[in-house]
Amino acid sequence: MSDAVLRVNNLQTQFQTRAGALKAVDGVSFEVGRGRILGLVGESGSGKSVTGYSILGLIEPPGKIAGGEVLLNGKDITRLRGDAMRQVRGAQIAMVFQDPMMTLNPVLKIGTQMIAAVRAHDRVSRKAARARARDALAKVGIPSPDERLEAYPHQLSGGMRQRVAIAIALLHNPAVIIADEPTTALDVSIQGQILAEVRRLADETGTAFVWVTHDLAVVSSLADDICVMYAGRVVESGPADDVIASPRHPYTAGLLASVPAEHEPGTKLPQVPGSTPSLANLPQGCAFAPRCAKAGPACTTTPPVQHFEDGRTALCHYPIEPVSCQPLSLTSTTYRSAS
Amino acid sequence: MIGFLIQRILQALMVVIAMSIIVFLGVYAIGNPIDVMIDPASDQALREALIQRYGFDRPLFEQYFIFMNNMLHGDLGESFIYRLPVLNLILSRLPATLELALTAMLIATFLGIPLGLWAGYKPDSLSAKAIMGFSVLGFSVPSFWVGLLLIMVFAVELGWLPSGGRGPTTEVLGMNLSITSLEGWSYILLPAFNLALFKLGLLIRLTRAGTVEVMSSDYVRFARAQGLSESKVVGLHVLKNISIPIVTVFGLELGSTLAFAVVTETVFNWPGMGKLIIDSITVLDRPVMVAYLILVVFLFVMINLVVDLIYGQLDPRIRVKAAS
Ligand SMILES: Nc1ncnc2c1ncn2[C@@H]1O[C@H](COP(=O)(O)OP(=O)(O)OP(=O)(O)O)[C@@H](O)[C@H]1O
Ligand code: SF4
Ligand SMILES: [Mg+2]
Repeated sequence: MSDAVLRVNNLQTQFQTRAGALKAVDGVSFEVGRGRILGLVGESGSGKSVTGYSILGLIEPPGKIAGGEVLLNGKDITRLRGDAMRQVRGAQIAMVFQDPMMTLNPVLKIGTQMIAAVRAHDRVSRKAARARARDALAKVGIPSPDERLEAYPHQLSGGMRQRVAIAIALLHNPAVIIADEPTTALDVSIQGQILAEVRRLADETGTAFVWVTHDLAVVSSLADDICVMYAGRVVESGPADDVIASPRHPYTAGLLASVPAEHEPGTKLPQVPGSTPSLANLPQGCAFAPRCAKAGPACTTTPPVQHFEDGRTALCHYPIEPVSCQPLSLTSTTYRSAS
Repeated sequence: MIGFLIQRILQALMVVIAMSIIVFLGVYAIGNPIDVMIDPASDQALREALIQRYGFDRPLFEQYFIFMNNMLHGDLGESFIYRLPVLNLILSRLPATLELALTAMLIATFLGIPLGLWAGYKPDSLSAKAIMGFSVLGFSVPSFWVGLLLIMVFAVELGWLPSGGRGPTTEVLGMNLSITSLEGWSYILLPAFNLALFKLGLLIRLTRAGTVEVMSSDYVRFARAQGLSESKVVGLHVLKNISIPIVTVFGLELGSTLAFAVVTETVFNWPGMGKLIIDSITVLDRPVMVAYLILVVFLFVMINLVVDLIYGQLDPRIRVKAAS
C-alpha cells in the first residue's frame, strides 16, 4: 500500500524520569490509507495514547520524540515546529479523546468551542464559522444542532458530547482522525451508532481513521487493519479479518482466546494471564516472555519482525503456524463496508 | 433568576440583622462611654442628665430597638466627639478610602493576573520562579514595614513622590477624589501600591495555581489538538476558567480593603475611614464604631451578593443548580 495518507516509521517516544528514559513508544510503525480504518489494540499502558499524541506533536516535557518519522502524505511532520505544526493539527490530522466528559471545556458553550476550532484554521466570520459548526453537528447525527450550539457540555449526555468531539474533529475535513478509545465510556447501543457513523464517514469522506481501543470486538467489526501493541511495540499487524481468524503472535492469540464467542461490544479487553510489565524494568529480549506459553531459548534476545503473506507481521521468534479452518467471528455485527 | 435574587437578598438581610446584634452587644460590653465622654470632675447631676439623654439607663434590648429604629430612618446617631451625625462623618471619609482601595485592587489585578498567567504557563522558567518569590514576599512581609520602606526610598531618598497625605482633590459626583489630577496620583501611588501588595501576592498565586491546573486538563490538550494557537488557549480556555476563583477573591479582598485599610492609611496619613475608626476606638466614640462596623458588614454582604451573581454568569453549572 503505497498510497498511505499517514505512515508512521519507527516512532520512538521517551519520558525522561529519575529511573532513566522510559520508552513508552519503541519503534512503532504502521500506515493507513485513504478511507481506511486501522485498529490499534493493546492492554492499558501499552503506549496507544502516547502514539496518538506523538503523531500530533502533543508530547510535553519530560517526554520527547526520540526518533522515527510521521509521514503525512509523504511529508515528515515530526520536524515541524510552532505554528507550522499548529496548522497541521485539527486541519490535516485531528484527534478525539477517550473521555467525553473531560474533553470539552465545562464553562464554554459548545458553539464557542466549535467556532474557535473553525477559526483556528480559516479566516471566516463568526457567522460563517457558526454555520459550519452547525453543519458538522448535523453530519454526526445530532438532532437540533442550532440548540446544541447554545448548550454547555454538562447539558449533553456522554454520547452527545463524544459526537460533538467527533464533529469538531471533522470540521476541517482532515486526512486522518486519531480516535483514542472514543467509545469506551459509552454504553453499547450508543457505541454501535457511533461506530456505524464513523464507518460511513470514512467511506464517504475518505478520512483515514486510527481507532485506538481496548475492545477486540470493536476492532473486528470496524477496522480494516489491526496493529497489536505490547509494551510500546507493535507485536502483530495485518488485515483485521486475517489476524482475528489466525493470529501469529502468542499475545494476540491469548487476547483472542479469552474473548467469548459472542463477545458483546463494549466490554473490556479480556485478560491474558500475568500482568503488564512496568516500562522501567522490561525483561531482556521479548517483553512478553514471562507471560508467553511458547517462550523458548531464543526469547531472551530481541525477536525479529517476521513478515508473512498479505503484508502481515509478527514480532516473535516462534510465531504461531497459520490455521486454515473457518474464520472466527467475534460479533454478528459488522460496520465494515462490503469491499 | 428572580427567585435566586430574592433568596440571596433575604439571606443578606438576615446576616446584617445578626451582625447588628453582635456588634451592638460587643460594643456595649466595652463599658460605659459616659466615663470617657465627660470630665471626671463634673457633678452627678450632669452625669445623670447625659445618661438620660443617650438612653443608657434603659434595658439593653430597648436600646437596641431604638438604635435599629433610628437606623431604619437613616439615623445612625451622633458622634460623641465630633457632635456630627455619624453617617455624614463616615460618608465624608468614604471617597478617600474608596479610591485608595479601588486603585490598589486595579494595581493588584492588572499586575497579578498577567504575572500569575505567565508563572502558570511556564512554571519551570526562571522568570516564573522570580515571580513566585515576589508573591511570597507580597503577603508575608508586614504591610506597615513595606509602607515605611516605600516612604524611605521614594519620598525621602529619591524625592519622587510625597511621603503622605492626600494632596489636592476635585469634586466628582459629590465626592472629593484625587485620582482626577496628576498631582493627586502622585499622592495615591505609594499607599495604593502598599495596600495592593498583599492582594498582588494572593492573585499571582491564585492565577498561577488555576493556570497550571487548566493547562494540564484534557480540554486544553483537545483545544491544542484542534490547532488553537497558544494565545487562544490561554485567552479563551484558561482565562474563562480561572475567572471564577478570581472574582470570588476579588470580592472578598475589595470588602476587606475598604474596611481594613487601617494600617496603610495610618502609615501614609491618608484621611480615610480606617483612620476615622482607629481614632474613634481610642476615644471610645461608640456611635461611630457601631455605625462603621454595621456599614462594613453591609458592604461585605453587598459585595458577596454581586460576586454570587457574577459567579452564576461565569459558571453555567451553578446557574442550573440555582434554577432547579
Ligand atoms: N507524562 C508521562 N510521563 C511519564 N510516563 C508516561 C507519561 N505519559 C505516559 N507515560 C507512560 O507511557 C506508557 C504508555 O501510556 P499510554 O497512555 O500511551 O498507554 P495506553 O496504551 O494509552 O493505555 P490506556 O489503554 O490505559 O489508555 C505508560 O506506561 C505510561 O506510564
Ligand atoms: S518471542 Fe518468544 S516470548 Fe516473545 S512472544 Fe514470541 S515466543 Fe513468546
Ligand atoms: Mg490511552
